[in-house]
Amino acid sequence: MGELQVEKHTKYILAVEKRKDDFESVVMEHLRLNGAYWGLTTLDILGKLDAVDQDEVISWVMQCQHEAGGFGGNIGHDPHMLYTLSAIQVLALFDKLHVLDVDKVSSYIAGLQNEDGSFSGDMWGEVDTRFSYIAICSLALLRQLDKIDVGKAVKYIVSCKNVDGGFGCTPGAESHAGQIFCCVGALAITGSLHHVDKDLLGWWLCERQVKSGGLNGRPEKLPDVCYSWWVLSSLIMIDRVHWIDKEKLAKFILDCQDTEKGGISDRPDDAVDVFHTYFGVAGLSLLEYSGLKPIDPAYALPVSVVNKVILPCRP
Amino acid sequence: MHGRPRKAPTPEEQEAFSVKASKLRSLQSQFLQFHHAKIYTKEALDVSAKLLESNPEYYTAWNYRKLAVQHNLNLPEVDNNEESVKSILDEELRLVENALKRNFKSYGAWHHRKWVLSKGHSSTDKELLLLGKFQKADSRNFHAWNYRRFVTTLKNIPNEKELEYTTNMIYDNFSNYSAWHNRSVLLSHLLKEKAKGYSPKDNVFTEEYEFVRHALFTDPDDQSGWFYHLWLLDQTVKLETLLVSSWPPHGSYLSLSVDGSFGDCSLSPFTSLQTNTRTLPLILYFSEAVENICSSTVVIECENIASNELVWRSLSGDGAGSAQAWLTYLNFPEEHAHSEKAYQVKVSLVCSQGNFSSTGVHHGDSSHIEFSVSVPPRRSEHVDLKNEGKISWSDESFCSHDTQFLESVLVNLFHLERTKIDETVVDYQWNITTINNEISHCRELLSTMNCKIGKLTLARLLMAHDTLMSNAGTSLRNVSHHAEVLQLYDDLKKMDPAHLHYYQDEYSIVLLKQIISNQELLLKHCRKYRDPSFPRINNFCMRLNNLSLSRIGSMEQLLWVQVLDLSHNQLKTLEGLEVMQLLSCLNVSYNKLCSFTALEPLKLLRSLKALDISYNEIGAHSIDTRRYLCSSPLNHRSGGDWKTEESEMHCAEVAGYWEAYAIFKDLNLIQLDVIGNAVSDKKIKSLLIKLLPSLKWLDGESCR
Repeated sequence: MGELQVEKHTKYILAVEKRKDDFESVVMEHLRLNGAYWGLTTLDILGKLDAVDQDEVISWVMQCQHEAGGFGGNIGHDPHMLYTLSAIQVLALFDKLHVLDVDKVSSYIAGLQNEDGSFSGDMWGEVDTRFSYIAICSLALLRQLDKIDVGKAVKYIVSCKNVDGGFGCTPGAESHAGQIFCCVGALAITGSLHHVDKDLLGWWLCERQVKSGGLNGRPEKLPDVCYSWWVLSSLIMIDRVHWIDKEKLAKFILDCQDTEKGGISDRPDDAVDVFHTYFGVAGLSLLEYSGLKPIDPAYALPVSVVNKVILPCRP
Repeated sequence: MHGRPRKAPTPEEQEAFSVKASKLRSLQSQFLQFHHAKIYTKEALDVSAKLLESNPEYYTAWNYRKLAVQHNLNLPEVDNNEESVKSILDEELRLVENALKRNFKSYGAWHHRKWVLSKGHSSTDKELLLLGKFQKADSRNFHAWNYRRFVTTLKNIPNEKELEYTTNMIYDNFSNYSAWHNRSVLLSHLLKEKAKGYSPKDNVFTEEYEFVRHALFTDPDDQSGWFYHLWLLDQTVKLETLLVSSWPPHGSYLSLSVDGSFGDCSLSPFTSLQTNTRTLPLILYFSEAVENICSSTVVIECENIASNELVWRSLSGDGAGSAQAWLTYLNFPEEHAHSEKAYQVKVSLVCSQGNFSSTGVHHGDSSHIEFSVSVPPRRSEHVDLKNEGKISWSDESFCSHDTQFLESVLVNLFHLERTKIDETVVDYQWNITTINNEISHCRELLSTMNCKIGKLTLARLLMAHDTLMSNAGTSLRNVSHHAEVLQLYDDLKKMDPAHLHYYQDEYSIVLLKQIISNQELLLKHCRKYRDPSFPRINNFCMRLNNLSLSRIGSMEQLLWVQVLDLSHNQLKTLEGLEVMQLLSCLNVSYNKLCSFTALEPLKLLRSLKALDISYNEIGAHSIDTRRYLCSSPLNHRSGGDWKTEESEMHCAEVAGYWEAYAIFKDLNLIQLDVIGNAVSDKKIKSLLIKLLPSLKWLDGESCR
């Protein structure tokens, strides 16, 4: 098993940030703000956030804000919950939440809550528990949770619970580790984890570990580094992470590194990208890999950042 | 990139990528210009279509298409002309179909299709055909399954028909978890509605067990069917909510000592209780978490006690409104203080359907418990609490009880179990037969092959069998399966080491069940505290140390325990201890507690005086797995007092140790041991002394 290639991953992420014209960057253009969150959070966990020009990033992030209050995935793109959370998270990383018009952003998010407690992703009405998580996580970071009906929001998430203990995107939809992270995360932030059957869900989640040590997202699927985050963070929030073999998982993640050029891929020897680099490094942080900053399993930001924003006393 | 091999592109590929990139780039900028200028001409629409066909994830273009549809439907030449409306919408459906061919997992594309269909102008006939094609290509695609549920609702297709579809999908491939999932959803609906042919549910489940058995026997290593089987098992066992135990127990006769007047503390904890006030905790413990326990659902008949004024609180580690155990305090008045007075207490549950149960399971019509409490006259002289010594947990401090005395005490414990059902009318016959049947099929499977989930299922079936038998009122003393189940978990630990700690946790729970349900085993764990200068506690101690327990259970049988030794185990959590309201001394030293937040359940223990958490792993981990299971500002459950109380402590002092602050500010400890943890330095000790004004002994040394 190789070591974590901290320097190479840092270089890789910084290079992706600069690159704008290759095919990959063009295809991903519409979610560049997500990309910024993945890349910058990885750098922070690696202890390399200083390598980035803060002012440049923040000014670009703020240009992605739409007059409606929400953020688009890039300058000129429509506002959507998905990118609004990323914007808030990136600003939190730099301790710059105060540059936001908090009232405006939080009103945009709160305005997307539906009568049944669910949230739409944007004005076009796609409903999904991913957006419930985003709304709750964003508003908690902005200390504006009282702008929504939290009780109804929780009730809707609970209505998406399945007989296997997991959660889907809407009532009746199949359990999926990514969706489980969203629902468990939202319940964690709102102090509602008593709605989760921790033993049943914990067993379903720990059975996501396959022989190679990697985790899949649903039964009988292939393992993928991104589930190191979705499954692991959920297991941590419900205190069942000891049910998997952590060493084998760490080995799987390290095996997915491109040890020459940096970056991490979904499975060993596949092409790397920022998304999987983030989930790999964040997963290793959750596994207490030495030298990495600990990451918070619910807010998906370094623990130090979350404590600074949420806890009333600043150390 | 998902599933794409890692290799440097050849110069030709590089060239091709570069051409594609610049084409896409130019489409994107043309599109954004049209979008921002709100231009919806045919040329503009063509650009957006081309863009989406090559990159269906470009969400802003789907938004633009919707704006364009709205704009064009309002044009004067279209105005309500069914033909034109249809042609505009059909164009959208065609575009979605092309986009899905490029990327079957595009959220934006699927949503666009729903949006178009919701307008109600398009035929839905084609949708199931289209889905059939897509689902054949990828039978696990959850977007397609979600869309299928959307279409069947739109078209009012009956659940029975969809259930048939899942049957076919499963016959095609037993490993289709998505189909099994949908089956559980549909069947739940049908059973709930009591649809024709789906009631009573016994017959339905018998058929389902048979159906899933085909899958399990065909490929026992495939998980899909096993998860479905676990659901069936769960449905077979969960019958009703029962009151499983209480403190004081049914039929007990309890003497309160208000001022330590017993002198002799070697009395049975079931017949005597020392308290500082004329207050008795009353605990009700249910077979599953219940809601809505309050003065209108629990009636207390007792002279001088106003039932309707009692306040009930849930005893749940995570502070929820639903819990297995509920607590209230009975206050016995002073007026009869001149002579000893016995009170008869009758506790009845007022059950209307769905009153308590959080799962909506029906339960018995009424249950009640009765006990009597004798309150002594008040005396003028008070025992001087200041001279209280400290407890020592060394083996020499304990000796064995007189066996006869012990047996007379433990009768109370076994008595609990026998009285737990009152007037219940549930017939368990089908359930027990079914479980027995499944047990023999499981044994048959395991006789031909070594299958991990099969073994685990057998362990679960055997425990389910025991639960059903005991709920049905059958004594398990000699027929329980504990030993066999423990053996199964031991096998599993070796067979599947990756999940070692899961099996160890399950093992621990079964081990405790075994000890507590067996008088001979239990006797060995009941000890007597030697030191007679310790008058404030009952000297009856439960020692469950050195058992490799990684988890605790059977709490309903331990409500009476006042002194508990859980040291030298592998506990990572104290979940469950919150119900032990009489607990006064607790030793959890030499375990695996990783953080102060793991102590959260202790916050509810008002009577806890001595706590030993030395030699754990508190402070040794960067990731706290109890962070969100403990109330704090992080999960917005600090009870609102965080901000005001924070000013009482010096902020910088609390900031580094907010977890310790959150836990200890609610405790009234006299003795605490924290030595041997990564966190135990001078700073934390001085914080603890500040937080615990009643503390006298810290790490064995006097701290006042």
